Amino acid sequence: MHSGYGTREVIRGVSLSLGAGEIVAMIGPNGAGKSTLLRTIFGFLRPTRGTLHLDGESIAGVRPHQMVRRGIAYVMQGHNVLPGLSVEDNLQLGAYVRVDRQVRTDLDRLLEQFPILQARRRQKAGVLSGGERRILELARVLLQRPKVVLLDEPTLGLAPRMIDQVYDVVHSVKGAGVAVFVVEQNVRTALRHAHRACVLEQGTVRFEGRGEEMLQHPEVKRVYLGG
Amino acid sequence: MDFVLQAALNGVLLGLVYGLVALGLSLIWGVTDIVNLAHAEYLMLGMYATYWLWALAHIDPLYAIPLVVPAFFLFGYVTYRVLIRRILSAPMVSQIFATFGLLFFLRYSAFAAFGPNVRGIWGSRLEGSVPLGGLVLSLPKGAAALAALCTFAGLWLFLNRTRTGKALQATAQDHRVAQTLGIDTEQMFALSWGIGIGAVGVAAVFLSPFYQTSPAIGDAFLLLAFSSVVLGGFGTVSGALVGGLCIGLVENVLGALIAPTFKLLFVFVVFIAVLLVRPAGLVGK
Repeated sequence: MHSGYGTREVIRGVSLSLGAGEIVAMIGPNGAGKSTLLRTIFGFLRPTRGTLHLDGESIAGVRPHQMVRRGIAYVMQGHNVLPGLSVEDNLQLGAYVRVDRQVRTDLDRLLEQFPILQARRRQKAGVLSGGERRILELARVLLQRPKVVLLDEPTLGLAPRMIDQVYDVVHSVKGAGVAVFVVEQNVRTALRHAHRACVLEQGTVRFEGRGEEMLQHPEVKRVYLGG
Repeated sequence: MDFVLQAALNGVLLGLVYGLVALGLSLIWGVTDIVNLAHAEYLMLGMYATYWLWALAHIDPLYAIPLVVPAFFLFGYVTYRVLIRRILSAPMVSQIFATFGLLFFLRYSAFAAFGPNVRGIWGSRLEGSVPLGGLVLSLPKGAAALAALCTFAGLWLFLNRTRTGKALQATAQDHRVAQTLGIDTEQMFALSWGIGIGAVGVAAVFLSPFYQTSPAIGDAFLLLAFSSVVLGGFGTVSGALVGGLCIGLVENVLGALIAPTFKLLFVFVVFIAVLLVRPAGLVGK
């Protein structure tokens, strides 16, 4: 896939595959194109060249809200909660595209699973802390029942204790047979949790391999893990 | 003292109607981030629609509601699809010129089609007045106020109790996030225009029995609607209501106490004074 803004090409030929129940991490320096890649997959940007398939069906150029209907969930970097709506409304909108009658049951189960959200269900999401917002966003993703989840730096700015909690949720998403693609600045965290990982530099994949292997990779160690 | 109470009563009734006009402006602004300078021109056209239904087809304004309101919902929807959609991500100056241009287009189309004459409806079912504890309640104004309250209540229920209403709120708060939830934000933008202009249609029908129309009538209402939105607190349904009420009260009470000629002056003196103390408006944070 190739993509970019106007005439500036940011993604210069990236090939990737994701399997059900797999966590794949992408690391790389600022400006390498990690967020651009996610935006292109989700349809906020049109790929300039290349293909995108989900379960064998081409989904390149599908509009974002249709991507959700096809089973792609996207948690953007930074703000994903709707601050003026209650925690419960935020969750409920996760099921916006669902038409089945299971939603209420699923929602109640989620509230049980996440006591933080249960305690604040009637409060506006704007009052939540950074960590609580992340939990809300990921719980909402669970309610979307996606096939693929795209996460853009889910632990950015979080305390270490919250990072573990966030990855607990990521693992429970994966456990439901979902393919998780996570972009991380925090290389150690990413490689510890991911089955596979790749390094994006200047719009192309420099290396890829199994998560733990990458921790031992001499180049990755030198550049990203400080020697 | 009675004349002050009477002015206050009229102020509340008219204020609710101002609030109703402001409601659409505020909703459109909140959801699509577009300041619709042509907003009051739709009010003018709605009053002409009501007038011609009465003059040509002998349809009383009371029965014009099911015709005018859906037509204006559609009018707003189409305005979005044809014009506004193209300027959504344009620089603010282009957006201002586009809706300002729309204002002139609609106003001078009305001049061309209907001429400059002032036109009014008489003999409507919404006419006359009843005594109300020493005061006089004008029936058409009372009906207009009631219609405004019903529209406010209906919209509040829609926004807070329905799935589509919540999707509309989500779009207003962050349209990117709304898209990641599977909400078709284009549809929501168009819907906000439909509802906003539809609400103006309600105001137009109920103003017609006691307010004569002419092609340039939008001026007075645009200014009052803007002031209501800013005074009440931008982007909230309750803000438009509170803002409209304040402006109606100030205009009528101070107008009656001091001099009716200067009533708009009083409105803007109070307007500026409130914003000096509470820049986010009365309802805003």
